[in-house]
Amino acid sequence: MLRDLQTRFREGLLGGDAGPAMVAIEEDTITPAQRFGIYRNNVLGSLAGALAAAFPVVERLVGQRFFQAAARTFVQQSPPSVPQLLAYGDSFPAFLEAFPAASSVPYLGDVGRLEWARVEAVFAADAAPLDPSALTSVPPEALADLRFAAHPATRLVESARFPIHTIWRVNQPENPNPRPVDLKLGGQAALVTRPGLAVETVAISPGDAAFVQALLRHQPLGEAAEAALAAEPEFDLQNGLTAHLKSGTFSHIV
Amino acid sequence: MANRPSTAFVTDPIPASAGIGLRHPHVTDFVTRRPPVGWIEVHSENYLGAGGPRLAALEQIRRDYPLSCHGVGLSLGSWEGLDVDHLARLRALFDRFQPGLVSEHVAWSVQDGTYLNDLLPLPYTEEALAILCRNVEQAQEAFGRQILVENPSSYVSFAESTIPEWEFMAETSRRTGCGLLLDVNNIHVSAHNHRFEPGPYLDAIPLEMVGEVHVAGHFVHAFGDQAILIDDHGAPVNDAVWALLREALRRLGSAPVLVEWDTRIPPLEVLLAEAEKAQALLDLSVTGGARAGAGTPVRVA
Repeated sequence: MLRDLQTRFREGLLGGDAGPAMVAIEEDTITPAQRFGIYRNNVLGSLAGALAAAFPVVERLVGQRFFQAAARTFVQQSPPSVPQLLAYGDSFPAFLEAFPAASSVPYLGDVGRLEWARVEAVFAADAAPLDPSALTSVPPEALADLRFAAHPATRLVESARFPIHTIWRVNQPENPNPRPVDLKLGGQAALVTRPGLAVETVAISPGDAAFVQALLRHQPLGEAAEAALAAEPEFDLQNGLTAHLKSGTFSHIV
Repeated sequence: MANRPSTAFVTDPIPASAGIGLRHPHVTDFVTRRPPVGWIEVHSENYLGAGGPRLAALEQIRRDYPLSCHGVGLSLGSWEGLDVDHLARLRALFDRFQPGLVSEHVAWSVQDGTYLNDLLPLPYTEEALAILCRNVEQAQEAFGRQILVENPSSYVSFAESTIPEWEFMAETSRRTGCGLLLDVNNIHVSAHNHRFEPGPYLDAIPLEMVGEVHVAGHFVHAFGDQAILIDDHGAPVNDAVWALLREALRRLGSAPVLVEWDTRIPPLEVLLAEAEKAQALLDLSVTGGARAGAGTPVRVA
């Protein structure tokens, strides 16, 4: 039965026992194991390749060999459930964080989250960024009650312990000799936006991160400002808001 | 904007000329230089994002080129049936970009909801044929149009198979009314791997149902003194495959011919040169072939 054959193939292709699948394959001078191995290699190799394309900085941080081994392990544990490679990999950062062999690189997961945020931003729905003139028509006394809708591409990625934006930036593929990053820099927040067609990735201050976080949760501007100042007393609200209008963090006033 | 076709798109059907698969490294070339190829083909699943630069570029390129959408994820051979969400996403893509041809593979890639990202082989049995035909019919209904299905390349034969591959292909078309995408590289690869002659394969294909032809390069994987040909689309088309294309065109007269290249993608010029070779064979076939004018591509509503 076809159901049985496809069940056995799935099992063998994802690292399980291939014996039951190979039974169905005709014997020849080239063995069923060799023939089945071609498919297993295609499946694991192509899906690991898709992860490498989505996580180039993670791959660079650990090297190609380690990345391939980690990615193939992940593929076997969490194969895609949607037939679109561009949607595959959202749980890879969490896997890396828990992957024992990667425990000496504790920032991999957070850097991976930043890379995945960028993938999501690339394919997010199109929308015009919030027009700054929309704010000028709001009476001053109403400003504190404003709530904003995030642009579909906007992602805030925060790492409590690691300077993820710096790590990500110095390990870009076009940089041949990345300098070492001092992990004592501590945690960092990165904001990913796509005001036009190009994705932008910037480091933002703790106050700004608290500000954006609150606004992305649909808290009113007044509360977001309070959160920002609580996190960073010297946070400049005016400049912060202007920067977000420019980077297309929001699409409209709700 | 989404899902409504732009009025700026070229409305010509896919011409019986050489086209190439549009791949990401060449998108900028297409946007800025409009290279001289008759038409382009994309992998549908690469364009199912909600928005962003990839779709914007295709929107622009679509103004200058007839477009074919070639699927790699529908899994027409799955016993569990098709993913209706995926059918809906594809339908929305087709509604937006108005492809002249829509095609998929005689293969499977989904089992128990898991996408395996490979074109896996079917046993050629009555049961598999019935499942494939049911799925093809469902896809054609969901898309509101005919699709073409492509003959696979494969590395295994199943002991339980009872139907020759060419009959399996022909019968799928006969039962569902789907067209055929004749991949002559796949015929060459499978003929080598399973030791059959390509000629009788071509003889058995109902030519009037062939709406498109593919050529591509492959890779020779040695096992001791034996070899299996791997359909990796990562090399120039080899002489044996060009010869098989010539043979197919002798029978077809003409058809849209696509050059595919998916791994180790070379500069665009290399692909364009391959397309020129395909075009030369098309020209030769139309001017010198005994069956010139025959083999009109399948009409697509």
